[in-house]
Amino acid sequence: MTVGLVTVVTFLPAAGAVAVALLPRHRADRLKGVGLAVALLTFAASLPLWFGFDPALPGIQFEELARWMPTLGAGYHVGVDGISLLLVLLTTFLTPIALASAWHAIEDRTKEFVITMLLLETGMLGVFVALDLFLFFVFWEAMLIPMYFVIGVWGGANRVYAAVKFVLYTMVGSALMLVAILALYVQHGAATGAYTFDLPTIARWVIPAGPGQTLMFLAFALAFAIKVPLFPFHTWLPDAHVEAPTAGSVILAGVLLKMGTYGFLRFCLPLFPEASLAFAPLVFALAVIGILYGAWVSTVQPDLKKLVAYSSVAHLGFVMLGLFTLTTQGLVGGLIQMVNHGLSTGALFLMVGMIYERRHTRLIADFGGLWAVIPAFSALFLVVVLSSLALPGLNGFVGEFLVLLGAFQVSRPLAVLATSGIIFAAVYLLWMYQRVIFGPLRHEANRRLADLTPREWAVLVPVLVFIVWIGVSPSTFTRRTEASIAALLAQVESKARVALVR
Amino acid sequence: MLTGSPTLALVVLGLPAASFLALALLRPLRRAGRLAGGVSITAIGAAFGAACLLWLRATSRAPLTSPSTSWAWIPADGEPMATVGVMVDELSMTMAVLVTLVSFLVQLYSLAYLVDEPAPSLGRYYAYHSLFAFSMLGLVLAPSFVQMFVFWELVGLCSYLLIGFWYDRPAAARAAAKAFWITKLGDLGFVAGIVMLWASAGTFDFWTLFGQAAGGTLPTEGLATIMFLIYLGAVGKSAQFPLHIWLPDAMEGPTPVSALIHAATMVTAGVFMVTRAFPLFGLVPDVLVLVAWVGAFTALLAASMACVESDIKRVLAYSTVSQLGYMMAAAGAGAPGEAFAHLVTHGVFKALLFLGAGVVIHLFHTNDVFRMGGLTGLPAVWVPFVLATLALAGIWPLPGFFTKEAILAGVLEGGFVGPFVLLAAGAFLTAFYMFRVVFLAFFAPAHGGHHGHHHVPTLMAAVCWTLAGLTVALGLRTALVGEHHPAPAWLPWLSLALALGGVGLAWSMYRRGVPDPAVVAAALRPLEWMARRRYGLDGLFAAAYRWGLLALASLVGWVDRYVVDGVLNVLSAWTLQGGDRLRRLQTGLAQDYVYGVALGALCLLVLARWAWS
Repeated sequence: MTVGLVTVVTFLPAAGAVAVALLPRHRADRLKGVGLAVALLTFAASLPLWFGFDPALPGIQFEELARWMPTLGAGYHVGVDGISLLLVLLTTFLTPIALASAWHAIEDRTKEFVITMLLLETGMLGVFVALDLFLFFVFWEAMLIPMYFVIGVWGGANRVYAAVKFVLYTMVGSALMLVAILALYVQHGAATGAYTFDLPTIARWVIPAGPGQTLMFLAFALAFAIKVPLFPFHTWLPDAHVEAPTAGSVILAGVLLKMGTYGFLRFCLPLFPEASLAFAPLVFALAVIGILYGAWVSTVQPDLKKLVAYSSVAHLGFVMLGLFTLTTQGLVGGLIQMVNHGLSTGALFLMVGMIYERRHTRLIADFGGLWAVIPAFSALFLVVVLSSLALPGLNGFVGEFLVLLGAFQVSRPLAVLATSGIIFAAVYLLWMYQRVIFGPLRHEANRRLADLTPREWAVLVPVLVFIVWIGVSPSTFTRRTEASIAALLAQVESKARVALVR
Repeated sequence: MLTGSPTLALVVLGLPAASFLALALLRPLRRAGRLAGGVSITAIGAAFGAACLLWLRATSRAPLTSPSTSWAWIPADGEPMATVGVMVDELSMTMAVLVTLVSFLVQLYSLAYLVDEPAPSLGRYYAYHSLFAFSMLGLVLAPSFVQMFVFWELVGLCSYLLIGFWYDRPAAARAAAKAFWITKLGDLGFVAGIVMLWASAGTFDFWTLFGQAAGGTLPTEGLATIMFLIYLGAVGKSAQFPLHIWLPDAMEGPTPVSALIHAATMVTAGVFMVTRAFPLFGLVPDVLVLVAWVGAFTALLAASMACVESDIKRVLAYSTVSQLGYMMAAAGAGAPGEAFAHLVTHGVFKALLFLGAGVVIHLFHTNDVFRMGGLTGLPAVWVPFVLATLALAGIWPLPGFFTKEAILAGVLEGGFVGPFVLLAAGAFLTAFYMFRVVFLAFFAPAHGGHHGHHHVPTLMAAVCWTLAGLTVALGLRTALVGEHHPAPAWLPWLSLALALGGVGLAWSMYRRGVPDPAVVAAALRPLEWMARRRYGLDGLFAAAYRWGLLALASLVGWVDRYVVDGVLNVLSAWTLQGGDRLRRLQTGLAQDYVYGVALGALCLLVLARWAWS
């Protein structure tokens, strides 16, 4: 078997981690340099996936299939389609940015940090490219370990509580998901005679409707809902974010949360269409609650990072709302919103991290009047805030607008409630911005803050470029997803129809 | 091909955009201050020229040219769902001329007005101005609801940035956020409306929608709700009751900004939108009735608040709210053309009023009309302002007279007697409160604390005179060649009498002291008390924000911390305890284990039987 591009992209960071492990630990800068180079190389390697991707084809591209554990029915099956492509690119794009943001923030155990981050990247990419349930589960669990260390080792004062909470929470979900995967494997085997974990094979089989499907759906859905996080399974998130180092928060918000929404899209919808349809109103309602709830809780947070963390609950609510409209607009919007959230919230965390590095505080009350001191930071921060509150012309609007287009076709009352989330986002974000940036300078300690360094410019500008690009010309990005989304919707519909006939 | 309409329209749109990009991205240029201003002014001047050229073509040519599409913004389901393009017709080009003209003059004026501003700050100011010009033109030229909404939000952003331009003033920062939030409240309706419109009609394009409306193929079910929601956007942007409360606070921004954004152009976007989408609004008479009543009510309410205000800019702001009410009332009464005509003339003379007020503020360093006065000897200061005041009051032959009379005629013709009475009363008050300002600020005896700083920068004076000339020219043109609106013969006389009555009362009260303003205020105590407190509306919104939103948010935050998360912590504590208890089951006695196994097997059997059947 020849090694394909997807495999190269997925395992390049892991190989880099091995290389970093062989380097001497005392030269921290070189360790970070090598780590960053590997991450950048991975990004470069993932670009052919983007440019070589044929937007007209709905199916899996760059597919690789190899024997792995034939007795189990588990194969090494990877590839990308229009749904995973954007997320793979988002991962390879954000990882070098996260590494670069940690240049001065992480001084302790640098070597381990770089290794952990690179292993984490492989884990995340694996989740997005895996097309075999067993393989998917391996990556899903594998990525948990490095994230645990990122929070638990390089985190803040209360890091152990946060890390344990994060892991336990996720584990509850994944334990149930494992049971559901095994049940699916057994049922599929019993029904068709082929015992396999291969996702496309299983997806072709129409699972009989009934309590079996419902239970499996719920097990998968719970695992993913915790990851998203969908209200009321979100309370691990603020703790994890507040304690995690900036780089960890960027990855956590930018990529890890997307695994939950991706899971719904990749597994729940195509495998359990009737259960998805049956539970859609519930998920829909929880998503809307998340939008409002996240916004309200954000409003009163005194800590910048906690505010951004709760805003994620609201943003991911929009994503879930889009996905469970089961309309083209809603799904495309939800998918684009996943990327948007990765960019906007990632950038927010980066910038909060930058002022934290300068002032060692994240309390809103400790700032005020920063524009006079650090105008460049303030201007870029404004763009990021505006992107997060979905100002038209920037990326967030495209996603939210498409989601609303989908939502209004499904339920007007809930869609109206979701729309009101837009004003609450404007309230908590602009109020925060006003208290941090506007007004007179209130604290002497802020008078001598340094404006953005070249390294920080280099970290932020790429993100801003995409924030504007998606806002102005979203078709560059939506074009590659539409065929796959349409195929997915067709699959859900036809399966639901088959089940209805029976 | 530069002469073709769409291409030239794109040039109009592109010039300020290019200027904004240059100022935003080229740091040395932006920090050069006056040079940045030069770039922005050149761009908008050229855009004005191009817009004039287009306007001449658009008015001379057949009614409406079909909009041209530049690129597909959101493609979906084969054909593009939302496109970006320009719509060139008389409406959009007239508006584009107004926008570019006032922008150009205001930017020019700002060079002198903001002369003490540090260079980097001035560069930022002009960057915002270029962005505003681009956004406003994008709104005006929009061929679809989506594009209009996108630029609609962008002008809202510019308004936010320019109100909060002096960011270190807490009042400015607060006013900026207030403006953004209150208009956004209306925009929620707007966005919900266009999304629902798309769900029912399948398009955002004006051209297609108008075709469907004319052909009767537009689904009318739920259309009233949709158009009402879309109208809410205009309520926020065009400061209609009860969302008008942001506009007076917006006066925290620099005065030229108030002239451009909060008087002449951005706030009229709501009226423009209703005019643009009138073929659709025309299908829902119920909504139009509401539009007319709310407009007329807003006009009178704001006029009453202007009567007791002592801040010159706030008087003008209330007057803007009031005049926007007139325009909306006309649109609601089925006379969008009259509404738009008033929009244009109002844009010119209201910009002049603000810029003239800017000159006075420049002289006195205060906004308080009671601390001004003694300007009789400075005709360069008062003549343009008084001309514009006469125009606003509706004195023949200035343009305000014609367009206001046309509005009254339109409202009456539509059978809206109630709104007509409100508007007529408003016309009287308008003349009164404007001349109150004139007599207090210009002709009252000079005060002791007066600076004696009697120099008016040439540039500022020149801009004011230009606008004054334009005001007179607009009025004379209508007086001489304008087609006369079919109206009852008594209407012009009533309109004139109301205006002169208001002027006369102001003269008598503030020049002669008969009746004494204090006595009048005491006689109208409850009304005056309410008007000074803005009828409690600001308080109501503030209370809703503080005791509604913030209290709710605090409560939800508490629930999240102690209930949602608390349940989990309790669960995990139970798990630990449970583990501890379960440990005691392991007694180490073999019999206990055998009993346990037997019991378990029995349970499984029962369960299996039950599941089988």
